[in-house]
Amino acid sequence: MEKSISTYKMTQSESVEQQLWKKSVRRNRAFKALTIASPILLLIIWEILSRTAMIDPRFFPPPSLIILEFFHLGATGQLFHHVGISLYRIVGGFFLGVIPAIIIGLLMGMYLPVRYTLQPLVMALMPIPTLALMPIIIIVFGINDISKMVTIAGSVFFPVLINTVAGVTNIDRIYLDIAKNYGAKSKDYFFKIALPGALPMMMEGIQMGQAIALLTIVAAEMIGANSGIGYLIWTKYKTFVLKDMYVGLVLISFFGYFFSLLLRGLQRKLIPWQKS
Amino acid sequence: MTESKIKVDHLTKVFFKKHSSVAAIKDISLDIKEGEFVCLLGPSGCGKTTLLRILAGLEKPSTGEYTIAPGKENKPLQSMIFQEQGVIPWMTVENNVSFGLRMRHAPKDELKERTEYYLDKVGLTEFRHLYPSEISGGMKQRVSIARAFANDPEILLMDEPFAALDEQNKFILQEELLSIWEETHKTVVFITHSIDEALLLSDRIFLMSAQPGTITREKKIDLPRPRNIEMVRSNPKMGEEFVDIWQHLQEAVLEKRH
Ligand SMILES: Nc1ncnc2c1ncn2[C@@H]1O[C@H](COP(=O)(O)OP(=O)(O)OP(=O)(O)O)[C@@H](O)[C@H]1O
Ligand SMILES: [Mg+2]
Repeated sequence: MEKSISTYKMTQSESVEQQLWKKSVRRNRAFKALTIASPILLLIIWEILSRTAMIDPRFFPPPSLIILEFFHLGATGQLFHHVGISLYRIVGGFFLGVIPAIIIGLLMGMYLPVRYTLQPLVMALMPIPTLALMPIIIIVFGINDISKMVTIAGSVFFPVLINTVAGVTNIDRIYLDIAKNYGAKSKDYFFKIALPGALPMMMEGIQMGQAIALLTIVAAEMIGANSGIGYLIWTKYKTFVLKDMYVGLVLISFFGYFFSLLLRGLQRKLIPWQKS
Repeated sequence: MTESKIKVDHLTKVFFKKHSSVAAIKDISLDIKEGEFVCLLGPSGCGKTTLLRILAGLEKPSTGEYTIAPGKENKPLQSMIFQEQGVIPWMTVENNVSFGLRMRHAPKDELKERTEYYLDKVGLTEFRHLYPSEISGGMKQRVSIARAFANDPEILLMDEPFAALDEQNKFILQEELLSIWEETHKTVVFITHSIDEALLLSDRIFLMSAQPGTITREKKIDLPRPRNIEMVRSNPKMGEEFVDIWQHLQEAVLEKRH
């Protein structure tokens, strides 16, 4: 500690460790390169196959044309309209499903009477695809944004609910004992034990719900809508403008990736006690 | 004569299931005085934790009863230090220590003062913002101890707090515990299956039989305080006590085999 850094001479063990450390840094860099290279490689192969007509360019237009088309659609403002409306429905429907799922899930996890009352209902309703209920949802709410949001909410609800219940029931009993011994009230059990204790599993459920929300919005907009990314994909398919259809698909893929990253970031913020 | 703080009267606990029932403790009576440090010493599975959990209000006795004399102020009756995993993983060291105070809505300045005092006492002030997953096993037990003392209960219940620690850490923590205890002289019921630990800490030791646990003997330890582990090791009388207790426990375990 006495020596300054410039005159500091490393011991042999330190330089051995330094070599190992450098090696692991190089390895990590190589892995990162692979992660970036693999999709690019795939796109290049696609481009070549399409340009040389080894795959039918009418069905699989080259990626470069899809990208051009993306800017073209973007310039007309059409794209923003569809993307905006879809995002609005996704975000709205997502919260409409996640918030009640967390509250009901915590209650089911904490209170046995609630669990035994709601369990059969959950088990009976869960297997029904919300998309199959779309006709009824449209009858009740009309062909509007609300019916899309309800559809998304319905499919996001269950994975979040199930994971929240499991999160609470998996909390080690000892933490409940500690809370009881130190005089916790119901409110404290709820906010100091059940909620944070269930948070890691809950976030996994939310991550799953996010993916399901995207799947659902596309399908829902194909059935009963006159706007949105799903609508775009469907009409472009029907009018055989496949380049535009691919733009829609790429957008969905992008949002899936983006939301995943967003939630992972949120997870690190919300669960600082979890070792990464 | 000081008054009695904990009275246990013919406590029995049976765990009942469809096809079996286990008598964990049987007919246990104790009278523990205000400010006394007592150890319950017995073989594994003899119902030590069960007895402590009953005193902690976490388990109901099958028959019998107990009373803990309330204090003058409205202080909590008891706080428990658990056998393992006693710290809450999603709270920082500091929030674990202040947990009891927060649960009973202690005044802000009292909360701050007591938390800081006991963080300092167990040497965790600089680690106060870390989570339990980031600190060592010995530090976690320090958090448990600090939390219990910070809560300022009438009595402290400790369930083998040092059992999972290595020898060196154990000695250090035992002496830290003693020095904190000397300041407050709270009534303590301490569970252990280490004879050395019991001799070092106790005013009185209760020896328990193997399952179902009963109190078979009690011993007064009148080694002067403050104590440390060298005093116990070098004192010939404590050596005799050690052998005596050791033989007693040996019999208790063998008896069960027959
Ligand atoms: N909830 C329970 N249900 C059924 N049996 C139990 C329960 N808790 C404890 N027992 C049984 O009661 C007996 C005493 O258990 P206890 O945990 O009190 O022992 P212990 O003296 O603390 O042991 P150790 O020193 O290993 O911690 C054991 O035989 C145990 O199997
Ligand atoms: Mg035990």
